[in-house]
Amino acid sequence: MKRLMLSCVMAAALAAAGCGSRSADVDAAGAATAAAETGGSAKGDFGPPQGEPIHAVLTSPPHVPPPVGRDHPAKVIVELTVIEKEMPISEGVSYTFWTFGGTVPGSFIRVRQGDTVEFHLRNDPTSKMPHNIDLHGVTGPGGGAASSFTAPGHESQFTFKALNEGLYVYHCATAPVGMHVGNGMYGLILIEPPGGLAKVDHEYYVMQGDFYTTGKYREKGLQPFDMEKAIDEKPTYVLFNGAEGALTGDKALAAKTGETIRLFVGNGGPNLVSSFHVIGEIFDRVRYEGGTREQENVQTTLIPAGGAVMVEFHTEVPGSYVLVDHSIFRAFNKGALAILKVDGTENKSIYSGKEVDSVYLGDRAEPNLKPVAVATKAAAAGALTVEDQVKAGQVLFTGTCSVCHQANGEGLPGVFPPLAKSDLIAADAKRAVGILLHGLSGKITVNGKEYNSVMPPMTQLNDDEVANILTYVLNSWGNPGGRITVDDVAKARAQPAPTATAAH
Amino acid sequence: MRRPPALSMSIACAVLGVASTVYAADYVSLAGGTFTSVLPADGKAGDATVAPFRLRATPVTNAEFLAFVRAHPQWRRDHSPAVFAESRYLSSWSAPDAPGPAASSEQPVTWVSWFAAQAFCENERARLPTWYEWEFAAAADATRTDARADPAWRERILTWYARPSTAALASVGGEANVYGARDLHGLVWEWVDDFNALLVSADNREQGDPDMLRFCGAGALTLQQRENYAVLMRVAMLSSLKAADATANLGFRCAKPGLIEDAP
Repeated sequence: MKRLMLSCVMAAALAAAGCGSRSADVDAAGAATAAAETGGSAKGDFGPPQGEPIHAVLTSPPHVPPPVGRDHPAKVIVELTVIEKEMPISEGVSYTFWTFGGTVPGSFIRVRQGDTVEFHLRNDPTSKMPHNIDLHGVTGPGGGAASSFTAPGHESQFTFKALNEGLYVYHCATAPVGMHVGNGMYGLILIEPPGGLAKVDHEYYVMQGDFYTTGKYREKGLQPFDMEKAIDEKPTYVLFNGAEGALTGDKALAAKTGETIRLFVGNGGPNLVSSFHVIGEIFDRVRYEGGTREQENVQTTLIPAGGAVMVEFHTEVPGSYVLVDHSIFRAFNKGALAILKVDGTENKSIYSGKEVDSVYLGDRAEPNLKPVAVATKAAAAGALTVEDQVKAGQVLFTGTCSVCHQANGEGLPGVFPPLAKSDLIAADAKRAVGILLHGLSGKITVNGKEYNSVMPPMTQLNDDEVANILTYVLNSWGNPGGRITVDDVAKARAQPAPTATAAH
Repeated sequence: MRRPPALSMSIACAVLGVASTVYAADYVSLAGGTFTSVLPADGKAGDATVAPFRLRATPVTNAEFLAFVRAHPQWRRDHSPAVFAESRYLSSWSAPDAPGPAASSEQPVTWVSWFAAQAFCENERARLPTWYEWEFAAAADATRTDARADPAWRERILTWYARPSTAALASVGGEANVYGARDLHGLVWEWVDDFNALLVSADNREQGDPDMLRFCGAGALTLQQRENYAVLMRVAMLSSLKAADATANLGFRCAKPGLIEDAP
């Protein structure tokens, strides 16, 4: 509300300044935008540095240095060391990372707009490679790269004035750039606006990167960099802060309910663009692309490779919030997961937690699951009859199977094979157990017709349910009858999945 | 402009001495020829021409360098002037005239400056190889004179890059390539005679910015085989150095022009 009023005042002021009829047409939002123009680098020079030189506080991820808290430009000395080192990338898997400051991502640097930054880049004597640094927050050719090209065991120095506020990626730009970046050589530098950023309760530093190893995902041992996969842009790992588990378990980010969190999130690449999302939260404010403007109420924000973003949100409900790249296979199959653990008292008025846990069978379902309950009770008492199984199986079949195989078991011609009068079932009723448990794909022939599609494994069904469904099928639609027991299912479940050829 | 990789190297004459002609200090002979270097000879796309030459079969070892230093005490680390060798010259040795337990006799000598390497080679009536000579020899694998189009060749090199360098160096004497030269890949970087001309050669007036390689990979655009990162990284490493510099992973081997030893 306060913001809105301010905007209105500004609009009025602009109109009063009088640029003819055009300014009178400017709406409140437009006027606010115009008034907030930063002027970019042309207005970012606040004069020579004042006071004694300051040594920048550098932090390892996920920590962020404290706010600058200065009202004048200063000379800030940054000392960063490149270290090539073997570190875990996943459980039992290690990788030779090339790092700025010994971590992936590299140390977080925080300065104020207008500061004169004296940058010292050191390359550790144990390094095999020469390295340099290109800071996206630098105005000048190569972003410092040419001036910081450093052989192993050497130190380079260059100085720049931080003219533009914002959150910027830095990275190594030594050829081959892709390999240096792919090995973890990136980090973030925050150039605070002169007035600083709004105070929050927690600031954290998270950076995504994609990694290319010759071995498969989670293949054990020291894994070398795979140039072919990198060129093909097919990463083995997509990670937050350089390792699977870097921000989970004991290392999860922490906060309490009722707090405001600011995440500085970068994307080092080298290849992928991140669809950054926090499961269970909505970003109240996003400084998209790490720039000056804000978007509000955002679910997922794009972070380009070589880009960054500042997101803020307020915590209301305790629990674990999962940071992901919402290109979601990356999260669950390549490692792009981190956790923010929020402690505090429940707030049921905002989020109830689970209130009801019931089976939902969809609109084809019979409303009454009583036969299932009866069968379960009978089984527990050791008095389960075929009759009980058929009745329970019918209800379960309606909820699970009838969508494809139809309520009458006829299937759909050419797509879903029939279960009614099925020669396949008649030939070997027990085989149906394996099909339910492991699924079935590829060509099969049923009642003289060929089908070639995919049935997923029904892993959600327990042994009772599988036994009941199949007993129902065996005793319906002209099938030969008989019974599948829980033991049959348990035995089949213990067997390995049949090979594709076994299904023919 | 770029040729298909399989045709990228045409050896002008038959390879001599594939069976490794061995000299006193164990040199192997290479017939030379024209070939496509990652650094085009004319700054654009020209092939490089390599005259017949001989190359040390292995990098110079600590034992060999120790013998040199004892015979030429001006190259001891406590005697050599700083303009020829930086303060860390031979710093891996326990004493100025003794490698000590940390630097075994059969390991390649490292922490040597270009000047020191050149002096060593002169002492055995040789010189450092040129970049083209080194690259020509290193294009081979065990059975082919030019294996560069084979992804396996490249992968082997990249695997070395991916190994951390904190472990002790292996001894010289790895698998021989088709010429009988060993350890061109997978052990140490090696000085070349013209290391500081790889970006700014006499012929590169049309190449533009001499600092290209140092910017965001722009330098890669001038290289003929852009996908050949493995070789490019060696160029990048060498071009980061000055002649008095020394590093933990940088050694050298010597070369001699021609295929036959001149009369003394």
